[in-house]
Amino acid sequence: MGNEEAREPAAKLSRRSFVGYVVGGTSLMVMADLTLGASPASAIPIPSLPQVPELYDLNDFLTHCALPTSNQIGIRVDEQGDAHFALPRMEVGQGITTAAAMLIADELDLPLDRVHVTLAPARPELLFNQLTGGSNTIISMYTPIRVAAAVARKALLEAAAIQLGAVLNSLIAKAGVISAPNGSSVTYGDVATAAASPRTRQVSVRLKASAQRTIVGTPQRRIDALDAVTGRKQFAMDIDVPDALPTMVCRAPGLNGKPVSIRNAAAVKAMPGVTHVAMIATGVAVRARTFGQCIDAVRALDVEWDGGTVPGKSSADVLKELRRAQLPLAVPKLGATSVEAEFIFNFRSGSALEPNCAIADVRSDSATIWSGLKSPITAQGLIAKELGLPQRKVTVNVVQGGGSFGRKLFSDGAIEAARASKAFGAPVRLMWHRADEPRQGRVHPMATSRIRATVLLGSVITFEQRHTSVTTDFTHGLGERLTAEAAALPTGLGNLTFSESVFMLTQELPYNFGVITQLLNETDNDPRRFNTSSVRNIYSPDVATANELMVDRLAARLKQDPVAFRRAHLKSRVVKRVLNRAAELGNWGKAMPAGTAQGIAIHKEYKGATAVLVEIDCRPETVNRKVRDAVTGPRITKALVVIDAGVVINPTGIKAQMMGGFMDGMAQTLTYGNHLVDGHFLEASWDNSAYTRQWNTPFDFQCEVLDSESKEPGGVGEAGVAASMAAVACAYARATGKMPTEFPINFHDPLHFEPKSFIPSVPQSPTDGLSYTS
Amino acid sequence: MPTHTFKLNGETVTVEVEDDVRILWVLRDILGVTGPKYGCGINVCKACTSHINGKAFNPCSVPVDAIGEDDEITTIEGLADTVAGDGLHPMQDAWLEHDVAQCGYCQPGQIMTAVALVNRVRQEGRAITEDDLDAIRNVCRCGTYSRIRDAVR
Repeated sequence: MGNEEAREPAAKLSRRSFVGYVVGGTSLMVMADLTLGASPASAIPIPSLPQVPELYDLNDFLTHCALPTSNQIGIRVDEQGDAHFALPRMEVGQGITTAAAMLIADELDLPLDRVHVTLAPARPELLFNQLTGGSNTIISMYTPIRVAAAVARKALLEAAAIQLGAVLNSLIAKAGVISAPNGSSVTYGDVATAAASPRTRQVSVRLKASAQRTIVGTPQRRIDALDAVTGRKQFAMDIDVPDALPTMVCRAPGLNGKPVSIRNAAAVKAMPGVTHVAMIATGVAVRARTFGQCIDAVRALDVEWDGGTVPGKSSADVLKELRRAQLPLAVPKLGATSVEAEFIFNFRSGSALEPNCAIADVRSDSATIWSGLKSPITAQGLIAKELGLPQRKVTVNVVQGGGSFGRKLFSDGAIEAARASKAFGAPVRLMWHRADEPRQGRVHPMATSRIRATVLLGSVITFEQRHTSVTTDFTHGLGERLTAEAAALPTGLGNLTFSESVFMLTQELPYNFGVITQLLNETDNDPRRFNTSSVRNIYSPDVATANELMVDRLAARLKQDPVAFRRAHLKSRVVKRVLNRAAELGNWGKAMPAGTAQGIAIHKEYKGATAVLVEIDCRPETVNRKVRDAVTGPRITKALVVIDAGVVINPTGIKAQMMGGFMDGMAQTLTYGNHLVDGHFLEASWDNSAYTRQWNTPFDFQCEVLDSESKEPGGVGEAGVAASMAAVACAYARATGKMPTEFPINFHDPLHFEPKSFIPSVPQSPTDGLSYTS
Repeated sequence: MPTHTFKLNGETVTVEVEDDVRILWVLRDILGVTGPKYGCGINVCKACTSHINGKAFNPCSVPVDAIGEDDEITTIEGLADTVAGDGLHPMQDAWLEHDVAQCGYCQPGQIMTAVALVNRVRQEGRAITEDDLDAIRNVCRCGTYSRIRDAVR
């Protein structure tokens, strides 16, 4: 008996039975509908098929609706029998290309190294189904990818049955070879052409049960690992586009300041290597033979600027605005029964290591863009509008990104590149200087969280949270998607702002604390005042940190151990499981020297849960340790993350995301923030922004991925941040005896750096590098 | 325009470029060698770390006229050829074994730093310590720090 038996379509469509297509043509191309297996809209913001005429007009829509392949994703099998898949999402390090390849390899019975995953260019017909965000890729694409692979496999088997003269059900497919009971066999490559169909036809398939899978669930290295370690992995700035010369932008001293006039354009244009100088909306762009000469030109420019969008403002002013905007708490303060606190979360830069960048080649009647974009259709629409071109005349190529953390949801670099290329009449390779990133780039919005809980007769009877934030910019497509979905959202959500909707759809306090209310308010409705983005995990790290610090305080008030208190009050079995495992593995409650402590925190989101246990050292000899030009401070000596991520596709990838999420969360509690002073941010590079470095890294980091009771995969790209930030904060409180209320905790320490100049807007590169060889 | 000659990954190269252009841009913008990445331009993030005469250095902070024709620059592209055999450098193998890279942007620099560190420690005839690992300055925004420590060990 062949291995086809267990997979034949059931009489009725079951959980594992789906329909896909073999697309008409001369080679084997299969497709599946992207909305297959989509969760109902009550979960996190996911699926959609809306109409938004500004981005995509009625004619385009009708044209695409007429195609049988509308809203489809496809897999092609070539004549060597290798599978090719263009993922309509963006890889920024989160491992989705590897996970997609694993799903295809398993369903198609092909070795992993014969599945080739690339990134699809902007495909407007997918509407909002090409947005990479909310850790949603695998949640939303888990079923469609498998269906397409199963259709390909079935088409290959059918062709092989004819060629081998065997009964379909008797065939066995393994590692790209199809064998008949009599020992004869063909490879996928042998039958790929024969498996093609002249006309598009519908095919019913049954997906493999989890027990039949051999790759999904096993640890696999990233499919691009070899390219990464040999320097062959290409990012946007590494792509060879003829005549696309280096381009940088001279920016205003004030946040979002705009250029008024250039006083010395001719002199700058005459500098060595410089080819073009022009004013664009966000500054003055210069194009030169090398980026070094761009830096020289940016520094030489004499520009008149306006005052920017927050002239004279400082972090303290924004804090006042936030406090004014705080929504009232419903339960009155009741003397000794109330436990109350307010937490402040300062701005922090969302920059990745790869700065904003893009290549643009704008011609009179068309444009081509190469960039790392998580929302490429929105980018395509914005660029078309900017250039006055029809959207179909703008080709947007999606390139793998050097990190994102929410930043690449926006196409700031690509839009600037298009503007500069248009202004110059020449192709550009535009890159932001590092100094521009924390100063003018997207930041996590500053926020406060006020919490009041009531304890009566040994029980927590109310828990109220009022989170107040500078407006988060969701105008990258997710916002429109929510609008379009508003009618389908749970009662009342349609009346909220995008931010409030996202807050409502993501925040959940998984404790039995009686009456719980969690509300968000924003200071204004102008996302252009500050450049914000839904930086990795958006509200959750701050909300969870505030909550978990309060949970520890409530436990203390009731004279209970933090783990025992959580265990007694958690209402979610999934969360209890991760908490219990973390406490067990991390030896919770062990004796620790004075000045050191354990801390533990939980978080529930992305269809799963995390628990993080850390050990912190706050003793003076550690806090005051010296590393040249570095921020040291308290050190996390040990960190443990336990996650229930639902169905596990690649445990190696999940562990990597937890480690990265931990490094983020720890930095946000201890060291990483942006100071707004007099209308601009002081931080200008990695020597100013104290993101986690090796001298802050735990000596011991562990992650355990639990066997889940869930049947669906969860999201992992952001799941590690919130509980990590919270656990570090809780550990710090326990080690020092003082609950931190402002983050990062060193925000009011004397600055560890001398702020770099605002005019010129970028620092000159040093020349003494040979004195620092090692 | 002045010309500059130096050795790059085993070959002698000559470029026409102004004296003060930093080597990072000579490599990336003129020679098309894109393994060394830009992350700050001020010798802080270490994403461009390469080797000069076997020692780690940051080409973003060295003008091209500071080196001569006997100076040998090795970038990530040339690392494997510095050891015998057709395979990768052992540090690259260690990186694969621990699946260190995430987005991969900082990793060429991380590997070049790690190789120089291990070579230096070996010359000093001792083992890698936590302090050696703490002293690695390369930024990794994806936070692969613990896997880097494991791979170097």
